[in-house]
Amino acid sequence: MKRKTKFDLWSIVGLLILGLYGLFLIFPMGNLLKQAVIDKDSGAFTLSYFVRFFSKPYYFNTLLNSFKVTIAVTFLTLIVGTPLAYIFARYEIKGKPLLRILIILSSMSAPFVSAYSWILLLGRNGVITNMFKNSLGIVLPDIYGFAGILIVLTLQLYPLIFLYVSGALQNVDNSLLEASENLGTAGVKRFFKVLIPIIAPTLFAGGLLVFMRALADFGTPMLIGEGYRTFPVTIYNEFISEMGGDDGFAAAISVIAILITTIIFLAQQYVSSRKTFSMNAMKKIHPKKAVGLKNVLIHVFSYLLIGLSIMPQVYVIYTSFKNVEGLTFAPGHSLNNYVAAFTKVGSAIQNTLLIPAISLVIVVFLSVLLAYISVRRSGVVAKILDSISMIPYIMPGSVIGITLLIAFNKPPVVLSGTLAIMVIGLVIRRMPYTIRSTAAILQQIPMSIEEAALSLGSSKAKAFYKVTIPMLAPGIISGAILSWITMISELATAILLYTARTRTLTVEIYTQIIRGNYGIAAALATILTILTTLSLLLFNYLSKDQDIAM
Amino acid sequence: MSVNITINDAVKKFGDTTVISNLSLEIYDKELFTLLGPSGCGKTTLLRMIAGFNSIEGGDFYFNDKRINDIDVSVRNIGMVFQNYAIFPHLTVRQNVEFGLHNRKYSKEEITSEADKFLKLMQIYDFRDRKPELLSGGQQQRVALARALVIKPDVLLMDEPLSNLDAKLRLEMRQVIREIQKEVGITTVYVTHDQEEAMAISDRIAVMNGGVIQQVGEPKQIYHRPKNQFVATFIGRTNFLPAIYKHAERMLYLGDYQIPAKNLVLEEDANVLLSIRPENFFHSEQETNLKGILRDSYFLGLNSHQIIEIKHNQQMVEVIHESSLDESLAMGEEISLTVNSAKLNVFSEDGSRNLLKEETQS
Repeated sequence: MKRKTKFDLWSIVGLLILGLYGLFLIFPMGNLLKQAVIDKDSGAFTLSYFVRFFSKPYYFNTLLNSFKVTIAVTFLTLIVGTPLAYIFARYEIKGKPLLRILIILSSMSAPFVSAYSWILLLGRNGVITNMFKNSLGIVLPDIYGFAGILIVLTLQLYPLIFLYVSGALQNVDNSLLEASENLGTAGVKRFFKVLIPIIAPTLFAGGLLVFMRALADFGTPMLIGEGYRTFPVTIYNEFISEMGGDDGFAAAISVIAILITTIIFLAQQYVSSRKTFSMNAMKKIHPKKAVGLKNVLIHVFSYLLIGLSIMPQVYVIYTSFKNVEGLTFAPGHSLNNYVAAFTKVGSAIQNTLLIPAISLVIVVFLSVLLAYISVRRSGVVAKILDSISMIPYIMPGSVIGITLLIAFNKPPVVLSGTLAIMVIGLVIRRMPYTIRSTAAILQQIPMSIEEAALSLGSSKAKAFYKVTIPMLAPGIISGAILSWITMISELATAILLYTARTRTLTVEIYTQIIRGNYGIAAALATILTILTTLSLLLFNYLSKDQDIAM
Repeated sequence: MSVNITINDAVKKFGDTTVISNLSLEIYDKELFTLLGPSGCGKTTLLRMIAGFNSIEGGDFYFNDKRINDIDVSVRNIGMVFQNYAIFPHLTVRQNVEFGLHNRKYSKEEITSEADKFLKLMQIYDFRDRKPELLSGGQQQRVALARALVIKPDVLLMDEPLSNLDAKLRLEMRQVIREIQKEVGITTVYVTHDQEEAMAISDRIAVMNGGVIQQVGEPKQIYHRPKNQFVATFIGRTNFLPAIYKHAERMLYLGDYQIPAKNLVLEEDANVLLSIRPENFFHSEQETNLKGILRDSYFLGLNSHQIIEIKHNQQMVEVIHESSLDESLAMGEEISLTVNSAKLNVFSEDGSRNLLKEETQS
């Protein structure tokens, strides 16, 4: 229940945060729009940038390419992730807890690292490619382009579907399955006739998330796409090549990107709003042992899928110990790469810890306040904040980077090249997720708990930090660790905002891969993987049986 | 400390909907006063206005002579017990009880000794270092009560405090609440939708419906002399039968059955509505003019219930009498009935008011 809004401490907090959004999101977006429609030389209104984009196949095709590959990825992840979640919920699988961690781990790494690893494995000079060619005389199909992006992103993103569907299956009462069996619908038919319709809203939500991530991903198509250019790559190229000159075109492409994601977001909201129903399982689906061929098949499917998705990371770790001569791998193993990495990286590791750490503090602080305002308050400011804070959810990371750069590379506020702008970029990107997860926990806490504190003589501020915060704390902490993991492996925004002083591990890995320093890249990627794994284990330890929410 | 609560012309609006309009009420010092009504009648809304959780759109609320409309919840000095107890789950039982004391000027020693006193009073001293999740519903309720009372509030407000407990515990806690309230001697406003609970616990009851107070009175008064048809239905069970009043004879006619009625406010003949509670019908050995046919009966141990079709207008009525060893009436059998005229209530035809003279109503 929302309290009648009076002007109080919370109103001031709301207005302050609104001011921050105004400065760091609305002002830059307005600026972006202005750049996109104003001719820089004459200062007149123009749509020439948009005309250029849509009239030249060179640009327009990147949009089509993005759509093709993104839709394909979304469907594939649903096709792979849903059955896996179902198998995990319904049947006993050997080593399930470990498999779960591997699934999550494979989704938590930076996608471009996987892309790079797949190139090492299946590229023109890849280990597997060469093995087939040399020993069997078979020439494997090319992994570059559409197929490569599809493989990398599917294996990277199906865990999202897996987690979403697993969560939904938790709420499906076992008696529903028994009832359908009792009525004569069992097995595969039941899966499609009963289970899929029940979890449809979840599939839509998960599908949207995969779609947004795949559409916005920059590193993968950049490395493995080669001639197959996608939208984020174009945005980046246009912006980088035109830096210091006319960035109106990059702004126009960014505006198009935001429009597209907005349409998709609204469409998803519309479809799923007509399909939602709430469920709560009294008797959860309990995994049972499968027998015979079925048992073999589900094990093969699970192990194969998870094995494939974790393989790139394992291979990267392996190559990090290989000797390197010039730009190629040489026989023998050593820690040379690590030595080279540590002498070369400078402050990258430090930055990778420092920038996300600062961002995380800000994200958590602001998100808790915003979630509180969104759940407990009514009124205009609360409504505006609710909408504004979700805008970054549909903005691709590279677009956020460009938006910030265009706004803050000239007076009145100059932030480009600073650590601050990288923090702002990360904060804006991560806020929607943290607000959502915090708001979800807050909705579980009855209003009367706070009212009890008020009736016992606490002020509103005191009730908030003495009662609400401690009750939210466990959820906030596990949410923060997830945010942390996404932030340390973030590339799309960082690649636009970094300077020599603020380069992060992901930027460094990316640069080393581009330069062909595979050894150093592998060593750094391994360090990143270790950081991620440790964070994930900490999350598992702290949140016990809580589900991971993206 | 003695506190009267006075409410004058209270108005509550949610947006454009008026939920309570011009409600006035006087709650006396140290009494246990219950707001009773069906869900959505405005009882909890009114309670939350007294507590300060709901804004007040009109009227005045007083604790004695102090107008509390604009006093913040945290300094209104109320003790509140919530429907879901609202125990702080991250604090121990003792920390819960001490929570309010920390917001007041108490020394460490005073806090401990005051908390101890109420922990013992509520018989939860043994659980003082446990986390609330390890307590049963009844124990949590005791924590909530101790926490509300330890701050020595001016008034105690309770919002359906027993509705989350199972039937047996509900009876037990009902007794606990009543005893503690008398012992501490605090003006208490209690909200419930359960009429039996209200009767058992209250000094006085206000029956509410549609944001309007229908009747205020002691439990006995409300049961025996309901002010209108709604109160008669909501409190206990009753049968409504249309009848005719003949002023010349001072007589009520239920078909051909006559009931003397000397104390009605009516000055002329009128159609009226009789409210006869199931226990106020009697079987008669002699033939009477009130005949019915037994349609159904069920045995509930202490009492037997019978559904009887009144012959002259085919209306079904419920009749309760103490069960006996040999209940031999057969279905469809004709029965002669009499009515306990002393406990009878006569309403206007639309059920809006009780036609008994005031003096007989109290």
